Amino acid sequence: MILVVLDHDGTKLRKGSLEALTRARTLAQALGEKVAGVLLAEAGAPLEEARGYVETLYVAELGPYTAEKWAAGILEAAKGGVKAIVAPSSRQSRAYMGRVAYALKAGLLEDTLESWAEGGEVYAIRYAYLNRVTQKVKSAPPVALTVKPNTTPLAEPLGQGGEVVALQVPPVATVEVLERVQEEKKGVSLTEADVVVTGGRGMGSAEAFKLVEELAALLGGAVGATRAVVDAGWRPYGEQVGQTGKTVQPTLYIALGVSGAVQHLAGMNKSKYIVAVNKDPEAPIFKHADYGIVGDVHQVLPALIGAVKKLKD
Amino acid sequence: MKFIAVIRQVPDGESRLRIQGNRVDLSSATLILDQMDEYGVEEALRLKEKHGGEAIVVGFGPERTEEAIRTALAMGMDRGIHVVHEGYADPVTVAEALAPVIREESPTLVLTGGQQADWDSQALGAALAEALGVPVIPWTTAIELEGETVRAKHDLDEGAEWVRVKLPAVFTTQQGLNEPRYPTLPGIMKAKKKEVKKVAFQGNSRVEILEETIQEKARLQRILDGKDPVAAAEELVRLLHEEAKVI
Repeated sequence: MILVVLDHDGTKLRKGSLEALTRARTLAQALGEKVAGVLLAEAGAPLEEARGYVETLYVAELGPYTAEKWAAGILEAAKGGVKAIVAPSSRQSRAYMGRVAYALKAGLLEDTLESWAEGGEVYAIRYAYLNRVTQKVKSAPPVALTVKPNTTPLAEPLGQGGEVVALQVPPVATVEVLERVQEEKKGVSLTEADVVVTGGRGMGSAEAFKLVEELAALLGGAVGATRAVVDAGWRPYGEQVGQTGKTVQPTLYIALGVSGAVQHLAGMNKSKYIVAVNKDPEAPIFKHADYGIVGDVHQVLPALIGAVKKLKD
Repeated sequence: MKFIAVIRQVPDGESRLRIQGNRVDLSSATLILDQMDEYGVEEALRLKEKHGGEAIVVGFGPERTEEAIRTALAMGMDRGIHVVHEGYADPVTVAEALAPVIREESPTLVLTGGQQADWDSQALGAALAEALGVPVIPWTTAIELEGETVRAKHDLDEGAEWVRVKLPAVFTTQQGLNEPRYPTLPGIMKAKKKEVKKVAFQGNSRVEILEETIQEKARLQRILDGKDPVAAAEELVRLLHEEAKVI
């Protein structure tokens, strides 16, 4: 069995789950296995949608997410024996898949860009050294594999609903969730955005980000921030791009007033096109840029907004 | 009270990486205590300063890892344990190596970095928690010790949450938790005399690295002069529209 963790937002499957399904189907074909899904969580999980993608769907209602409960649910679904467990890469999956991998003594292949099976073993391509190095890795089954977002075509439904199997998940020692702190949601999510516009310390103030937001909105993108900006309290942590923030890989990354520290580069250096605006021609970000303007961001940014508007008219 | 910080030694993010025989060669890189693990060391020190007890640093890696352990001792950790292992090991294998050593200490809580700066793995905390049979709080930004429980804040994929967890538990650390201190000169002198217990580990990694390549994408480097901001902006937008075809 190849088991896919079908992550969801409470009402529908996340895009990452459909990428994970595609990967699982490829592995299943090469290893001569069937694909099953596991759907966990609070009431209202997208049961009908999920059963459209798999022949067997294991389901357990576990209440609010915790890594321990999800790991227990996945392990219960895997009891019949698995060659691979596939999940989308996310902060949450890193916690439950770490537990699952240990419990099954599985080879953990994290954040994979590609994966395939050959000669009964599972191979994957992934980044290492803060995204600076590409690794080819392999492990004998069982493997626990996570799929980096936006790397894989989305799976299509099978056409008919699979069998639903209710799981009895034994209680586990876990954390008590006291309070959820919701992030204010504005437009597209940073990690899935095709365009990211990031402001750095060079923006000078929280107020200056109004124009960063305006440019991002014009391009249908998301706003990012550097560590210095988050440390200064100008933007929320959820917008931070870099080693200690989020990793993004959009088609277009625009860095405004960003110097280009390695910790920041680690979060965005795989973007398809990188654009930099900085008044310092020696700023390291220019070495990593496809296009750039050496100039004062406070003059260039309004001009950029004007030029994009003009193009769209 | 016993606070354990698990650390590794990694190349400095600024240092140049070389490839030798299909693998990253670190022989000319500057190696440091992983900055993500520094937050764990700092938090262990703060917890000890506030609540008393002992702060222990546990390192995994080759002989040279002792340098990073000594850095943590110079920051103020009381003693070190070094699980010696040459070469790559996946997080499940590292957790297997560390679990018996940590269990023997019966820690109040265990801290480790949210992501490793060399293998880019974020799973050690979770794997270690499973090995110890305790909960894991990943990406923690606040830890408040309240008797036998901790009230903690940590990041989720969207937003964050406050949780309460009964100890022992494993916490993974990140920026925002604290500001790590620098080792002082007296600290460095004292660290030389502090105990570092060596433990050998012979386990084999389940995941094998077959090949590593440095992929610096060649960038176009078309940098415009912004003395006339409007002209430069219009030219940039034209290039993005007509040449790159991204807007």
